[in-house]
Amino acid sequence: MAIIKTDNLVYEFTRRDENNEVVETVRAVDDVSLEIAPGEFIAVLGRNGSGKSTIARQLNALLLPTSGTVWVDGMNTQDGEHLWDIRQTAGMVFQNPDNQIISSVVEEDVGFGPENMGVPTEEIWKRVDRSLEAVGMTAYRRSSPEHLSGGQKQRVAIAGVMAMKPKCIILDEPTAMLDPSGRKEVIQTVRELNQSEGITVILITHYMEETVNADRIYVVDQGVVRMKGTPREVFSQADRLKELKLTVPQVTELACEMKKAGVDLPGGILTVEELAGALCR
Amino acid sequence: MPIELKNVNYYYNRGTSMEVHVLKDVNLKLDRGEFIGVIGHTGSGKSTLIQHFNGLLRPTDGQVLYDGEDIFGEGYDRRALRGHVGLVFQYPEHQLFETDVFTDVCFGPRNQGLGEEQIKERAEASLRLVGLGEEFYKRSPFELSGGQKRRAAIAGVLAMEPDYLVLDEPTAGLDPGGRDEIFHVLQTLREERGIAVILVSHSMEDVASYVHRIIVVNEGKIAFDDVPREVFRHYRELEKMGLSAPQVTYIAQALRERGLDVDPLVTTVPEARDSILKALEERKHGC
Ligand SMILES: Nc1ncnc2c1ncn2[C@@H]1O[C@H](COP(=O)(O)OP(=O)(O)OP(=O)(O)O)[C@@H](O)[C@H]1O
Ligand SMILES: Nc1ncnc2c1ncn2[C@@H]1O[C@H](COP(=O)(O)OP(=O)(O)O)[C@@H](O)[C@H]1O
Ligand SMILES: [Mg+2]
Ligand SMILES: [Mg+2]
Repeated sequence: MAIIKTDNLVYEFTRRDENNEVVETVRAVDDVSLEIAPGEFIAVLGRNGSGKSTIARQLNALLLPTSGTVWVDGMNTQDGEHLWDIRQTAGMVFQNPDNQIISSVVEEDVGFGPENMGVPTEEIWKRVDRSLEAVGMTAYRRSSPEHLSGGQKQRVAIAGVMAMKPKCIILDEPTAMLDPSGRKEVIQTVRELNQSEGITVILITHYMEETVNADRIYVVDQGVVRMKGTPREVFSQADRLKELKLTVPQVTELACEMKKAGVDLPGGILTVEELAGALCR
Repeated sequence: MPIELKNVNYYYNRGTSMEVHVLKDVNLKLDRGEFIGVIGHTGSGKSTLIQHFNGLLRPTDGQVLYDGEDIFGEGYDRRALRGHVGLVFQYPEHQLFETDVFTDVCFGPRNQGLGEEQIKERAEASLRLVGLGEEFYKRSPFELSGGQKRRAAIAGVLAMEPDYLVLDEPTAGLDPGGRDEIFHVLQTLREERGIAVILVSHSMEDVASYVHRIIVVNEGKIAFDDVPREVFRHYRELEKMGLSAPQVTYIAQALRERGLDVDPLVTTVPEARDSILKALEERKHGC
């Protein structure tokens, strides 16, 4: 069974004037049907305003469909009684590392979610230990989050989600505010959680390089899924991506340029190693 | 009209138990016409540094001079300075506060005392430059996607037509097309109006392709200040500072390890392409 499934999902924002009359509606999500299997690593790409965050917020019931249906692990998000189960099954991580951390000690922050849910104390500490371990932040458990780098803060935020024992993590541009090392740290952590813990990952990003290891990529535009496929399939359509205000990883761009200049290279090169290997056969 | 920082030190919460020494003996000179990238790990002091350029922060010690004058000297008009040195904040939420996008972009020019007609023209032109069409004019800044907020914040500062345009991570959260568009707009403004553009960025690829000078901040000190090629030459040291080189630089390294004689210091795609083509050609001729 799919961990996340949407059927003809539509979401409209409406703007009203002082008399509560609708003056404008923005259709942010337009008839999207997705099916994501447990354990998949999915990346979502799309230009600014294409509807990525709006879709993401439907997946843990922060927003409810205008029409259509969203199921999270079989639960319909419109069923109010499942709200907490849904939020626990699908956790979210956001862009700004400074807005997601509440406590003044790392381990308390990570334990905050389960504590709020009334998980027994002993179990909370077990989860805190495991979650910090999983994101590689055990050494900082008694630190103050203020003193962490951006990448470390995001790993703490991810640990906070992990402590809820989710089946799926949705990350909305988790690396947008990070330096190159922080970005690498976060992406590696997420991959690790996906591979060793089998957590389903949905990653929204504007950095193409971060998606080359995804199982599948969805490209959205104007609220509609315009492309889907493996990274190789998607990134071999550079012109189409450009029309959608996206691009390809720098190494793929270079490979394209070399091909145009007459060098015999296979299509769909995505990593430095692939290109180096192909040029130095 | 250069901006100069002389022996600038900055502490947050000076004299309390929370004291942090963020900028350490910083000396810099920025000139009109320059296109400068500021890079550094998170928390290195980039945002603190650039808020000194328009006097938003006052150095704990040291001086900031604009056109030779101490901007914290007695009677200095810092309000006028903020029209000359425009600053786009790291978080657009800190900048957008009017009820709708258009009014927000008008705020700066209105403060400069321009006439209504001119204010409107400037706002329209700036919104066009950042790619926000009329359908956004009446929207509340809260009704925008992340990247649209960023664009609106940039437009607000462009509308003041400053001599120095200082932008704190202006492309964070922008789609790749938007990143290119913003860099092009900045490049054009610099060429046409001779203004200086100084921007903080975490995208080494973008910085390498567009700027002429890179300032590397590490733990509150200026670690390097040079042209991109010379800065990225130190990519191993940059990695230790939480940074990296552009992806093509690593491609060049990987090819060299496999025996292809590529220029190790390429930092952009066209440079890499030309250097690799040349090396392949030489290899074919059996060197
Ligand atoms: N609160 C809101 N009220 C009205 N319209 C909104 C609101 N939030 C978003 N929108 C609009 O909905 C559309 C989709 O926005 P969304 O935030 O999902 O985009 P996104 O793909 O996440 O973009 P970005 O890459 O900039 O984060 C956009 O047209 C946006 O302007
Ligand atoms: N308002 C503030 N109060 C106290 N400390 C701060 C404040 N703003 C930033 N800092 C600290 O100053 C250092 C530099 O921060 P900042 O200039 O924001 O770095 P960057 O922009 O390079 O990420 C960090 O250690 C940060 O925690
Ligand atoms: Mg978004
Ligand atoms: Mg900053």
